[in-house]
Amino acid sequence: MITNKFTMTMLSKSSNESFARSCVAAFASQLDPTLEEISDIKTAVSEAITNCIVHAYCEKIGKIYINGELLDNNTIKLKIRDTGCGIENISQAMEPLFTTVGGERAGLGFAVMQSFMDSVKVRSVKDKGTTVVMTKRISPRYKING
Amino acid sequence: MSVKINVTGEVVTAYLGGELDHHSAKEMREEIDSAVELNMPTLLILDFKDISFMDSSGIGLVMGRYRNLQKSGAQMHITNIPQGIYKVMKLAGMERLAQLEKGE
Repeated sequence: MITNKFTMTMLSKSSNESFARSCVAAFASQLDPTLEEISDIKTAVSEAITNCIVHAYCEKIGKIYINGELLDNNTIKLKIRDTGCGIENISQAMEPLFTTVGGERAGLGFAVMQSFMDSVKVRSVKDKGTTVVMTKRISPRYKING
Repeated sequence: MSVKINVTGEVVTAYLGGELDHHSAKEMREEIDSAVELNMPTLLILDFKDISFMDSSGIGLVMGRYRNLQKSGAQMHITNIPQGIYKVMKLAGMERLAQLEKGE
């Protein structure tokens, strides 16, 4: 069951990378995560947003849609969507070190998302866009003073 | 984003600060590269003490500098790596390219 949710739309400007991960981190903080869990979520979001900017829109300006949900089993579910060029071969794109742009990109975006979140699903249609859905369960912590 | 460069003999140390993502990496990279080009060090130290966030763009930055240094046979050390960032470095296997040293 969904206990809370948010939706935001932003332009695919690189200056929004920091803004997007900070927003998601602030939303996730309602689940009382550890600093490490927050850092994991911020890193995964940053990878997904950077993919939209660098790959989906090829540094041109488009819209990025972010949906966040808190589920009643202490889980955060994030959906990051673009309407860019799409990924032709998803399994190849998800291979560590695979990159289409070379140079200064490590090709580790999806590897980081998979390592830092519990699940990562990617749907993509060529010339229509890509949606990444990620979940992470936050370890419940016993609260002192109730 | 900030880069402070210190040159001692044949060692160039770049003290990096702020958030290291795709947005900030370009400027950071240019400052490091111009210091390396000017001083031709045998050792480049990237100090991560004041880096508050890093994603795989930081790995791209480290890999790119490693490739440049290889041309002259220079070494690279990465020091004072905060815990969360060390996790990304290890995931990417950066210990194969540079000596990694964790921060406090």
